[in-house]
Amino acid sequence: MTTITLAETPLLHAVLARADDALVHAHRLSEWVGHAPMLEEDLALGNVALDLLGQARSLYTYAAEVEGKGRTEDDLAYLRDAPSFRNLLLLEQPNGDFAQTIVRLFLHSAVLHPFWRTAMGSSDATLAAIAAKAEKEVAYHLRHSAEWLIRLGDGTEESHRRAQEALDRLWRFTGEMFAPEDADLVARGVLPDPASLRPEWDATVARVLAEATLDRPKDGWMQQGGRRGVHTEPLGHMLAVMQHLQRAYPGATW
Amino acid sequence: MYTQALNQKDSGPQGTQGLVEDPERLARFEARVAAEDKIEPNDWMPEAYRRTLTRQISQHAHSEIVGMLPEGNWITRAPSLRRKAALLAKVQDEGGHGLYLYAAAETLGTSREQLVEQLLSGKAKYSSIFNYPTLTWADIGAIGWLVDGAAIMNQIPLCRTSFGPYARAMIRICKEESFHQRQGYEIMLTLCRGTEQQKAMAQDALNRWWWPSLMMFGPPDAESSHTDQSMRWKIKRFTNDALRQQFVDATVPQGHYLGLTFPDPALRFNEETKHWEFGEIDWEEFRQVLAGNGPCNRERMEARRRAHDEGAWVREAALAHAAKRKARRAATPKLAAE
Amino acid sequence: MPEAHMPIWEVFIRARSGLAHRHAGSVHAPDAEMALQAARDTYTRRGEGLSIWVVPSSAITASDPQDKDSLFEPTADKIYRHPTFYEVPDEVGHM
Repeated sequence: MTTITLAETPLLHAVLARADDALVHAHRLSEWVGHAPMLEEDLALGNVALDLLGQARSLYTYAAEVEGKGRTEDDLAYLRDAPSFRNLLLLEQPNGDFAQTIVRLFLHSAVLHPFWRTAMGSSDATLAAIAAKAEKEVAYHLRHSAEWLIRLGDGTEESHRRAQEALDRLWRFTGEMFAPEDADLVARGVLPDPASLRPEWDATVARVLAEATLDRPKDGWMQQGGRRGVHTEPLGHMLAVMQHLQRAYPGATW
Repeated sequence: MYTQALNQKDSGPQGTQGLVEDPERLARFEARVAAEDKIEPNDWMPEAYRRTLTRQISQHAHSEIVGMLPEGNWITRAPSLRRKAALLAKVQDEGGHGLYLYAAAETLGTSREQLVEQLLSGKAKYSSIFNYPTLTWADIGAIGWLVDGAAIMNQIPLCRTSFGPYARAMIRICKEESFHQRQGYEIMLTLCRGTEQQKAMAQDALNRWWWPSLMMFGPPDAESSHTDQSMRWKIKRFTNDALRQQFVDATVPQGHYLGLTFPDPALRFNEETKHWEFGEIDWEEFRQVLAGNGPCNRERMEARRRAHDEGAWVREAALAHAAKRKARRAATPKLAAE
Repeated sequence: MPEAHMPIWEVFIRARSGLAHRHAGSVHAPDAEMALQAARDTYTRRGEGLSIWVVPSSAITASDPQDKDSLFEPTADKIYRHPTFYEVPDEVGHM
């Protein structure tokens, strides 16, 4: 099957963006399974990855329904090329060390949790149902990553240094999480206004960083582009791996 | 889930052969085991029982952990989201099973840190099967179908093993594993109903995994030095050859249903015994793989060592933080009292 | 340098409302919060739990198997503790 591009209405675009966020992040986390710092963490990261993969599948299925061309979740995940992916740049960043993985999960969960909680009241019944399930899952992801970040920040000298470096490295990708959503979708109560999630995110970050004895980096120039398909280099490699079989054997059933 | 009868000799400096146990206690112990009573961690047990079990359970745990690697190799390349979720859940289960088994082994007095150290230093063995590479997606199907299938044959009897913590871990493991083999067979079935290329992929995987799967049951009974005592102590409940035959009898018809050919020209059904007879296993290959000369031994151990070494600062940080918290808690009431 | 020992925690899970917590297994974790999370991630992956307790393994005091006879056998002949020890005529019905 050749590469597909979709005619993205605002709703389709928004649903795809959340689906791509979940898939790309699940993919990164799944790379840890079998290689985590302790066995208990192989299981923990596996659970987070499975939650996100489940969210991705529900969202792709809904995106395919919104598009109305009879496509499947797999068509959307495996047959679009990098410029059609709508995920946040933060989530495609390589795992790096455990500190980078935890910081990435924490920074995103801290906004994803209020996002899904608000979306539980969405005027779109499907999104509201997906949100009701995702909200509980992400609450745990936030708890798990926050507790780890506190231990890394306020652990040893080395772990403190690594955690601070991870924050400094990934901070430039956080601005994109609050980029404006389609005004009409927000006005109709389909999706939350990203700016409205910011105060809670700021408070969560402030509380956890304080306990972790870590410094909040300065809000400098923010990297953006994920939502319009302008990505960082690692995404192309991730998709080359992820989509390998679907591309090598077009049309086969697996 | 992958246990394997490796039948190694004790290599400790104080080999158990020379150790003399109190005959009265030993007799009482053996009577309890014979009566199907369970032995619990604090109960008296012969040193050889403790040592054999520690070795067997920890090898079993190591096999689970190393076993995450060959299948983990395909998580990022799983060809559909449904397959990706199933494979991720399965590999994660294996980690969980390793965890249960380390915990069972620890009740015998060896810490997880020591057990892991034995694996990473090359002193402890793990199932030979994980030293084979996963080269195509069909290998994920073949592992689920054959390797998990062989493991289940080994493991179901272990749910009744005489040591309580091991038996309880095995019950949980067998329950959770029921989807693993079906997951693998479904992959094979889908490939065999697919394109010619996919079917060839499935056949190639069977060709490469069949013989190593038969080796998973361990050396033939005639060469198996530990079997008698392990059977008497109900650490083991069937012999290697009996389990191997049971596996072949169950698996061959499943393979024929897929329309695949087993890579064994000697394979034939014996109408009298009602068993599938099979050709000679290459035991030299088995010994070589166990001795470290399999295709992936080095890579598997390197991956485990890397994860362990790169995780050291994380574990240290967690312990350091716990110590800080404890110290702070200890200091708080004093402040309040001042 | 030998690896520092990560504490062991015993995990108890309430499977359904109304049931007592039951021993499920153990995990390694640096502290109670992480032990709770590890227990959740390890032992409730198939919806087995409603509530979890974690207890440091070192905090458990166990009876000595050698005391089994003195601890538990003396109750064997106290059959008057069981309802079947007492005779009630059939006509009285279930009691």
